[in-house]
Amino acid sequence: MFEYAPAPESRSVVSIDSSYGLFIDGEFDAAKEGGVFKTVNPADEEVLAEVASAGPEDVDRAVAAARRAFPGWAALPGAERAKYLFRIARIIQERSRELAVLESLDNGKPIKESRDVDLPLVAAHFFYYAGWADKLPYAGFGPAPRPIGVAGQIVPWNFPLLMLAWKIAPALATGNTVVLKPAETTPLSALFFADVCRQAGLPPGVVNIVTGAGDTGAYLVAHPDVDKVAFTGSTEVGREIARTVAGTGKRLTLELGGKAANIVFDDAPIDQAVEGIVNGIFFNQGHVCCAGSRLLVQESVFDLVLESLKRRMATLRLGDPLDKNTDIGAINSAAQLARIKQLSEIGGQEGAERWSPPCELPDRGFWFAPTIFTGVTQAHRIAREEIFGPVLSVLTFRTPAEAIEKANNTPYGLSAGIWTEKGSRILAVADKLRAGVVWANTFNKFDPASPFGGYKESGYGREGGRHGLEAYLA
Amino acid sequence: MPKTSSSSSKVTPAEPAGPAELPVSVRLSVRKTYKLYIGGKFPRSESGRTFVADGDNVALASRKDARDAVVAARAAQPGWAGATAYNRGQVLYRIAEMVESRRDEFAALGVPAAELDATIDRWVWYAGWSDKIAQVAGGANPVAGPFFNISAPEPTGVVAIVAPATLLGLVSVIAPAIVTGNTTVVLAAGPQIAITLAEILATSDVPGGVVNILTGKYAETAPWLAAHADVNALDLTGVEHAELAAELERAAAGTLKRVLRPDAGRADFTADPGLKPMTALLETKTVWHPKGY
Repeated sequence: MFEYAPAPESRSVVSIDSSYGLFIDGEFDAAKEGGVFKTVNPADEEVLAEVASAGPEDVDRAVAAARRAFPGWAALPGAERAKYLFRIARIIQERSRELAVLESLDNGKPIKESRDVDLPLVAAHFFYYAGWADKLPYAGFGPAPRPIGVAGQIVPWNFPLLMLAWKIAPALATGNTVVLKPAETTPLSALFFADVCRQAGLPPGVVNIVTGAGDTGAYLVAHPDVDKVAFTGSTEVGREIARTVAGTGKRLTLELGGKAANIVFDDAPIDQAVEGIVNGIFFNQGHVCCAGSRLLVQESVFDLVLESLKRRMATLRLGDPLDKNTDIGAINSAAQLARIKQLSEIGGQEGAERWSPPCELPDRGFWFAPTIFTGVTQAHRIAREEIFGPVLSVLTFRTPAEAIEKANNTPYGLSAGIWTEKGSRILAVADKLRAGVVWANTFNKFDPASPFGGYKESGYGREGGRHGLEAYLA
Repeated sequence: MPKTSSSSSKVTPAEPAGPAELPVSVRLSVRKTYKLYIGGKFPRSESGRTFVADGDNVALASRKDARDAVVAARAAQPGWAGATAYNRGQVLYRIAEMVESRRDEFAALGVPAAELDATIDRWVWYAGWSDKIAQVAGGANPVAGPFFNISAPEPTGVVAIVAPATLLGLVSVIAPAIVTGNTTVVLAAGPQIAITLAEILATSDVPGGVVNILTGKYAETAPWLAAHADVNALDLTGVEHAELAAELERAAAGTLKRVLRPDAGRADFTADPGLKPMTALLETKTVWHPKGY
């Protein structure tokens, strides 16, 4: 591999305050009990800011603000709600470099991903749902669909601003008001989004941001004045939320974990497939619920695919997330790094063979080299459990039926990949895969017009497209 | 729930006509044995238990029967979902024909004529949806890139249903589940009506296992289905007690089942059901493929 000179994106485009309050009723405000926590840059463990930790009283205030704002927001003509959302989309486009750098600082993802994937999709999502706000009677959910009320929304740390957009854009377009809790390790872009709402002149209370840890989220979910809960995160927490919501009559949508099969048939274009495999598992350090974390390769091309994959992996550049050439950034937190390390060690102990390309890890921050395991069986924990890191388990198959059987042999059902030149095989296999999104001869593609969500224990409900409106309409 | 009234409401054969001078021979009617309906067969409960409902001994389903029914439903699911939509539509229409031909039997069980009409019409309504719902609930997505992208609904899988006691209520929960390719385990409250419907299903080309009907006490069997790892969705329409419904919903959370709550807006079964009873039991699958030469 030839050398690249450093090509860092400028940090000066974003100005981070030393501390942030909660965004309630249009104002930033400290937490009532004064709790704060620090958010760090996972690439160097530098503290970026101190953020208020919302307690029960703060969540109460946020929900009350959303409740007060609800009748007015819901009664606004759809065309007017739309214009607020269009404004938000435009402001995000104008501030996208600033927000991309901020996201890479707080999350650790490569700037080329935050700049070229996250931010364009965030703006597009608001633009897409803005257009729905005055067309809801034509969406197929009855002639006079109504908003539900106050939505409590909890988003994860892997795509902080994009997941916020997936939650807030459809909720607002349909006339609901929201209280959103960003993840504990990535609160900053949501707080910057609060400022975007102010710039857009959004009425106070329509969007409220409460930062904090799991307790804050649990309190929000259980709050009696929340009518609708939307959560993206782990299947374990999803189960807890479903239990909490049971019997309350609250509406619930969940977008949870995955263990996607990426199936490579013997007639696949190998170079393209390898690009898809790499994108499938190493995009965003593998912190992707729909990551193609189980590679199923037809036996006859196993050697060829593996050799090509290893060659490609050796060219991946790991390091400074703000460097424009970086392919793999930092692992988001020490806790996540510990989990990736633990499951990888178990992979070795259970008999799978581990391989990583030569890869120098920075001294400070949280890092994990791109890793593959071969000789993996379906019983191995690394083939069953979501690792949520840059770790790929490679299995083989002989027939399409065996590939389908293995692909579906998981409690998850979020996504899957198929690589073959044969059109009829794509359609037949896609029909049989129990997954909400199937990428054929591509992987990890997202679009606001395209519904996303899982089968089985990957959750329920869809985000994106016309389907995404349903979760927010009564 | 079980009553011990006489079977006076049953059809009693007319006195045979004959010369007045001959001794009157009264023909004894042949009664029906009400058993379970699992995998297309009519077994007794493996527990050997029965209870008395309206003077009949009826099978009292156990948790083992519920598990057997899930096995039958799971086995039948791929074949039923894999049948063409046209074929499923014809099978549902055949059910309507069979209900029409058994009007007298349901009438004798106390089903009012208007409810029978509505029941038959509901089967016909859902029969027509089989090959239309995919176009209404899915379609092409205009993504910003050179991709073919399409969303289509698919059945969620095996649906456990706590059914209401009336014939129209029962049909209003079974039909929307099976028309799209789901298979079902139904906990029925009105046992004679439910098993009579099972006899219709058994003679309407509905493959065995697509609908399985268990009679008994749903409070006893429903918790096992709510927690069963091979059940995809739980319909609580027939649950009368909010406390039990909440408990079942909590049990279903363990495997993240799709749950239709009792207040899902279907208490008035004479109203237009809308799409919700079908779409609540569907998954949306979205397939992407690049375009290029």
